[in-house]
Amino acid sequence: MALLTIDGVWKRYQDHAVLRGVDLAVAPHEVVCLIGASGSGKSTLLRCINLLETVDDGAIYLDDQEITDVRADPDEIRKRIGIVFQAYNLFPHMTVLDNITLAPRKVHGVTPAQAEAQARELLARFGLADKAATYPDRLSGGQQQRVAIIRALATNPRLLLLDEVTSALDPTLVNEVLGVIRELKQSGMTMILATHEMSFARDIADTICFLDQGTLVEHGPPAQIFDTPQNPRTREFLYG
Amino acid sequence: MSVDWIKSDRQLAREALLRARGRRSVTAATTSTVIVVVVAVALIIASPGWPRVRETFFSWDALVTSFPDVLRGFLLNVFIFMIAEPIILVLGLGVALVRGLRAPVFFPLRAAATLYTDIFRGIPVILLIYLVGFGVPALQLQGAPSDPVTLGIIALVLSYTSYVAEVFRSGIESVHPSQRAAARSLGLSHGQTMRYVVVPQAVRRVVPPLLNDFASLQKDTALVALLGPLEALRQAQIHVAKTFNYTPYLAAALLFIALTVPMARFTDHLAARAARQRGDG
Ligand SMILES: Nc1ncnc2c1ncn2[C@@H]1O[C@H](COP(=O)(O)OP(=O)(O)OP(=O)(O)O)[C@@H](O)[C@H]1O
Ligand SMILES: [Mg+2]
Repeated sequence: MALLTIDGVWKRYQDHAVLRGVDLAVAPHEVVCLIGASGSGKSTLLRCINLLETVDDGAIYLDDQEITDVRADPDEIRKRIGIVFQAYNLFPHMTVLDNITLAPRKVHGVTPAQAEAQARELLARFGLADKAATYPDRLSGGQQQRVAIIRALATNPRLLLLDEVTSALDPTLVNEVLGVIRELKQSGMTMILATHEMSFARDIADTICFLDQGTLVEHGPPAQIFDTPQNPRTREFLYG
Repeated sequence: MSVDWIKSDRQLAREALLRARGRRSVTAATTSTVIVVVVAVALIIASPGWPRVRETFFSWDALVTSFPDVLRGFLLNVFIFMIAEPIILVLGLGVALVRGLRAPVFFPLRAAATLYTDIFRGIPVILLIYLVGFGVPALQLQGAPSDPVTLGIIALVLSYTSYVAEVFRSGIESVHPSQRAAARSLGLSHGQTMRYVVVPQAVRRVVPPLLNDFASLQKDTALVALLGPLEALRQAQIHVAKTFNYTPYLAAALLFIALTVPMARFTDHLAARAARQRGDG
């Protein structure tokens, strides 16, 4: 049974159709990488899954519940989906610890002591144990992005969406963030990543999806998409 | 494994030069200030009307006799300010938040808040003092306040809340939309997003303009004199009427300055600190 099912989703901004009937199923523990040119609709698809955008047609199901149902409560659904953006979006007026514990405390009703213990455990696991009391502007880009991932994890989401989490980082910092994602895959987290890091996508993904102008042109295991792409548009994107 | 740092001769020489430059700057600032003050004072004293002005505006005797009464009146100004300020802060933030509500059920509230800020920012404070101070008692409503100080405070609150609400609203709108998106994506409701993420950041940004509004509120407490309570300006007027000497006004002015100048310096300090923080980030 699929954890997430995307069924014929359309999204348009004014006259410009950004998603044109996208279909996709994601199994539990599966890691899906979205690749495609800039403007192909990767971020828009992730934002639709997280209900930050309303779809114009089609439906999205999480655990067989239709989350695009207009009667569904978006706040309740977002509790089950974590998202990390390209720019870190940490809350600048809160310490790292408060950034991480805010949603567990206020949304999930976890006691402050328990939320803090869990946050410290996550920080230690990802090599940031000494940064709990620090404010985000005192962290490097890679550290900020790792905190953003931890913040999304702290609510124990069913599904984690990562939108080009390394594209604002310089190459030496990319690896520390990719390391975090690798570890999450090992722990069984279901993830959808939009990325321009092809070698990383090949390495970590169970499924690669190639988006072109809002259409899911081709998808399959990394070896198939990268080595023997069937669609001419995929070939052109990968080999120029 | 850090090596102890012993300042090199080059660094010591550099610091000596910086200190010398600092001393020169202080000297230059002092000299030019003294020259400007001396010239200004000389011009005033040499003017033909000076002896008469000194007599009517700068009379030491009049200052000493009127000062206790003016000071007592001034305490009423401070009282009005202390009551009005917290009310204005709370209501101003409330109006700003109401204007940010998007759900259709809140339309009437939102429209009322917009109408309120539009209207009350347009009415001169002095007019509002008259309208509230004489209009409300004339209605002869059961339970409506009739005491002039209360009426004055109500008028000031009505006027300043509309300004402060706009200050808060601009602060709220200056928080980047990605902050809201990040909060909502963590599952926080609209209310929680405002309470924990948006408003704390907005408030930090609007402290300097808010203090600016409060400096002007401190002065405008004198307008309550129009309704008759014995605050600083009213006390000064009484003394002036008795003696035909205007020095009591000077006494009142000095008291207002004593209150607003520290506030202005504090505002500058906060603005400078905010600018430094932005520079760091
Ligand atoms: N709020 C919006 N209003 C109008 N157009 C938008 C909006 N958001 C995105 N678009 C458009 O939708 C298209 C797809 O954008 P999207 O951000 O999904 O692309 P992307 O695949 O994530 O690209 P990138 O790799 O550069 O991040 C773009 O042409 C963009 O201009
Ligand atoms: Mg994008």
